[in-house]
This record gives sequence, C-alpha cells and structure tokens, in this order.
Amino acid sequence: MLRFMFIRILQALPVIFVVITATFFLVRSAPGGPFDQEKVVIPEVKQALEAQYRLDLPLHEQYFAYLGDLAQGDLGPSFKYPGRSVNEILFAGLPVTAELGLYALIIALCIGVTAGVFASLKPNTAQDYVPMSLAMIGICMPSFLLGPLLVLVFGIWLDWLPITGWGDIPGDKILPAVTLGSAYAAYIARLSRAGMLEILSQDYIRTARAKGLPEWRVVTQHALRGGLIPVIAFLGPAFAGLLAGSFVVETIFQIPGLGRFYVQAAFNRDYTMILGTTVFLSSLIVFFNLVSDIIAAWLNPRLRQQFQGGGS
Amino acid sequence: MNTATQIFDDAEKGSSLWHDAWLRLRKNKLALFGGSVLLFMVIVALLTPWIAPYSYEAQNLDLGASPPSAAHWLGTDIFGRDVLTQIMYGGRISLAVGFIATAVALVIGVTWGAVAGYVGGRVDAVMMRLVDILYALPFMIFIVLLMVVFGRNILLLFLAIGAVEWLTMARIMRSQVQSLRQQEFVEAAVSVGLSPAAIIRKHVVPNALGPIIVYTTLTIPSVMLLEAFLSFLGLGIQPPATSWGLLISYGAETMEEYPWLLIFPGCALTLTLFSLNFLGDGLRDALDVRGSKD
Repeated sequence: MLRFMFIRILQALPVIFVVITATFFLVRSAPGGPFDQEKVVIPEVKQALEAQYRLDLPLHEQYFAYLGDLAQGDLGPSFKYPGRSVNEILFAGLPVTAELGLYALIIALCIGVTAGVFASLKPNTAQDYVPMSLAMIGICMPSFLLGPLLVLVFGIWLDWLPITGWGDIPGDKILPAVTLGSAYAAYIARLSRAGMLEILSQDYIRTARAKGLPEWRVVTQHALRGGLIPVIAFLGPAFAGLLAGSFVVETIFQIPGLGRFYVQAAFNRDYTMILGTTVFLSSLIVFFNLVSDIIAAWLNPRLRQQFQGGGS
Repeated sequence: MNTATQIFDDAEKGSSLWHDAWLRLRKNKLALFGGSVLLFMVIVALLTPWIAPYSYEAQNLDLGASPPSAAHWLGTDIFGRDVLTQIMYGGRISLAVGFIATAVALVIGVTWGAVAGYVGGRVDAVMMRLVDILYALPFMIFIVLLMVVFGRNILLLFLAIGAVEWLTMARIMRSQVQSLRQQEFVEAAVSVGLSPAAIIRKHVVPNALGPIIVYTTLTIPSVMLLEAFLSFLGLGIQPPATSWGLLISYGAETMEEYPWLLIFPGCALTLTLFSLNFLGDGLRDALDVRGSKD
C-alpha cells in the first residue's frame, strides 16, 4: 500500500510541473503586455510597473523567479486589482467554492447512490428504467441550461427560492448546489448501478444469501463495499468537473467563488491571476485524483497489484 | 434450415459481424430513435441556408421579442430575429464543432494508439506515459486558458477540443492493437512482407472498428457540451456567429420576460445530446463493446 502511494505521488509531481511550465509560457506568449491597453502611461510609470511585476527581465529569468515564488507559496500580485495579491483573491474565493462543491457532492452522492442501488436490485423493470432514464436526462442537461431553468421555475414562476447570492438570504444555497450536483448524481447513479450489478452476480453474494441473510443486509453489508468502488474512483475526476462546473454555476447565481474569479480574470486578461488560478486549481485537481486513486486502491487490492508486477 | 443457410450466406459474404450488429441495433428502439433524430438534425443543418424560414441577418425591431406564432413558430428575440432560424444556424456550428473536433481526436488518437500498440516496447512505454501525464491535466481549465491567450477563434476551438479528446481514443486503440497483433492473420500479413503502416491500415484498424465507432459516437456529445460550455461563458463562439450554447446564454439573460428564448435552444441541444448518447449506448450493446467509456 505504501509502495502504491509512493508511486502515485511520484507520478503526480511531473504533472504539476508540466502544468506550471505550460501555463507560464502560454500566458507570457499571449499578445500584448498587460499595461499596453492602458490609455496613456508615462514611460517612466510603465517602466516602474514592469519592474514591479518583473516584466523587464528576460523570459527565462521571469520563469525561474516565478518558480522560486511558487516554492514559497506566493502566486504574485494581481495585474487588475493593484495592491491585492493573487493569494488573497484565491483564499477569499476558496471557502465559497469549497462549500458549494461539498453540498453538490453530498447531493450527488445521496441521490446517485440511492438511485443506482435501487435500479440494480431489480434490473430491467420499472424500478430500473425510471431512475436510469432520469439519469440520462441529467447527463444530457448541461448545468448552464439546468441552472437557468431551475431559476425560472422555482425562483421566478413559483417564487419559492432566492435566485442569486450566497449566504445572504436563507435558502439561496439550494439552487446552486442542486444545479451543480445533478449531473454528478446522474453519473454516480449509472456507475453504482453497473458496479452493483456486477457484484450482485458474484459467488460470495450467493453465499451470503444462502446462509439466510435478509436481502437488505446482503446489500448493505456485502455488496455495497465492492459495488461502490467505481463511484469512489470517479470522485477524483468528478472533483475536476465540479470545479469547472462552478465556473458556470457561480456565474449564473453571482456567487463570489473561485470559478467566478477565474472567468473574470479570463475576461479581464489579468495574466497573473489566470496563471495563479490555473496553477492552484490544477494542483488541487491532481491532488484529489491522487486521493481518490489511493482510496480506491485501499478498497480494492486488485488495483494495487498492477504497480507491484514482477513479484517485487 | 432457413436461418442456418442465412448464417452460412452471411459468413460467406464476410459481413456477419456487422449484419448481426445491425439486427441487434434494430431491436433497440431508443438507439433507432436517437439515430433518426440525429440524421434529421444533420440534414436540417446541411440544408439550413435553403430551408430556413428567414435569413440569418433579418431583424424586425418593430416586432421585438414575441412569443411563438404562426409567422415565427418558435417566436422572435429582442431584435425581432426568428428563433427557429437562429437555432438552425446555431445548430450548424454546434454540430460542426462536434463532428470536426471528434474527427481531429479520432485521427490523432487512432494513429497514436495504433503506433504505440503495434511497435510496443520502449516506444510504447514512452508514448503511453505521455498520455497518462496529459490525462491528469485539468483540461477544462486549460481550454479556458487557451481561448483567452489565443483569442476566441473557431478554428482553434476545434483543435483545442480535439486535442483534449484523443487520449481515451489512443488508449482504446492501443489495447485493441495489442490483442490483434497476436492474431494469426496479422502474422500472415507480416510473413508476406507487408509494411507495418499497411498492416495497421488494412488489417488492424478495420478489425478494431467496433470500439472506435462506439467511442466516437459518445465523444461527439461530450465535445458539443464543451463547446456550449465555453460559448455560454462567452469564451467560445463569438457573435455574429452563433451556436446553441451562445443562444442558451442569451436566453438565460432574458428568460424572465421571454422564456422561449431559453427553452427552445435548450431543447435543441438536449435532444441532440440525448440522441447521440442513446445511439452510442445502443451501438455499444450491438457491437458488444465493453468498458469503452472512461
């Protein structure tokens, strides 16, 4: 297990390095310096500004200086919001996005696993078809369509829930979390159905039934542990998806989170902000992929073996 | 007796696999429905310049936004433009992005996977290691970044999305090739002196076609979703061109007063994605391909 963790961590490091390097040079190769758009900047001021942001140095020196800052956890100053560092802006948005993502994930897991397990217990009956058709709709209905539709129905026509903001009015967190979580509920329902179907046909389940365990105990104590491995392996990629989804959901519901900052930075061409956010979000995603892989390997010893080939 | 002869005939024609697959697919109503809807959408998209009820630029500012009526079946937007026409032209771009980006992914992925699987050894290890690293990159964020850095260019959008989606294709192709190259008919081809490129093209790729077709069908909707996602954020298709994602984004801004501007483009996108997914699932069952997604 330790060996597996060690190898996976070693594999993750080059990915983060590639992300940092690729992002840095991509952003620097973008046409136009950040201060070219400003109407009239006195040459001396421009020079001072460029010195402050180290733009006067040759590119490779900028790169190494940036790596040095990163090693100390400093993502640099923002171009667009003078006096605020990228770190400050990120950490202002992070708790909001984390909370939104957590609620969405809880919704997705509760609905998805329940629906998937129920469907798997009576395959090819109405109990299977109804939740699985709903899941298909959930997958095909993108969040940027579902969000506005939910707002229209529950926020405007029925007037049950507030439609913008985050934590200002009670209940304003419901619609964003549901919007973000529903697509993942659909994926998780499909994954847990497939996983459960496979496990339920195994010999040890037949043994459990043969010794007279009630069906609900067979399901909860024996089948779930194995049947939900695909769901856990999916949580890593799902996390990346949730972050990307938060771009849209935070824009729709005007939530001051990371995703909205990222999209705004993209619009404003705030290069240090884009660079910093990309590096930060990417590292976060790589980290969560790592964690979900390790949990999946812990639950399923067969996964570990492919890293221990050759009898070592 | 009758069926036995039939099977025999098919075997002689050498098309029994595809024939069987077609028979299985025909029983799957949802997949057939998906295929028909998709065919309809593609035909409409191809013929749009001739069959659209209004011209793309036609405005009617006096009319403004009006709900569906006899003259405008799906209503008009705030500039008095016909929504049906907008959806038809938007569909051209959405479908084109879906198909072209998937084609890019297909070509890169199949070539990459075939070479890695066929050559094997160290080359294979290096090539697949690269795929692993790229796999772990958060591509959604990278595409947003690319769109910002290089301006919002449709051609680049095709390439960027295609460049993301080829990884799974490469993995599928590699595992196919690895199992195929053990087969006797490939050994026979080697022994008569066919070049590796010719063997891949003539023997390996045709035999690996099933999983490729299935995965392609399932890639198109995810690519279309990606395009719509970027367009919704304002980072994808730019006016005056339009796509379903962009129409949904406009619709969302004014949905309170004019809900049809959101609902109809949304229906078009969802219906198309639905059809593609059902068709893909049906093909997977019909061609008996397992675990092709993920």
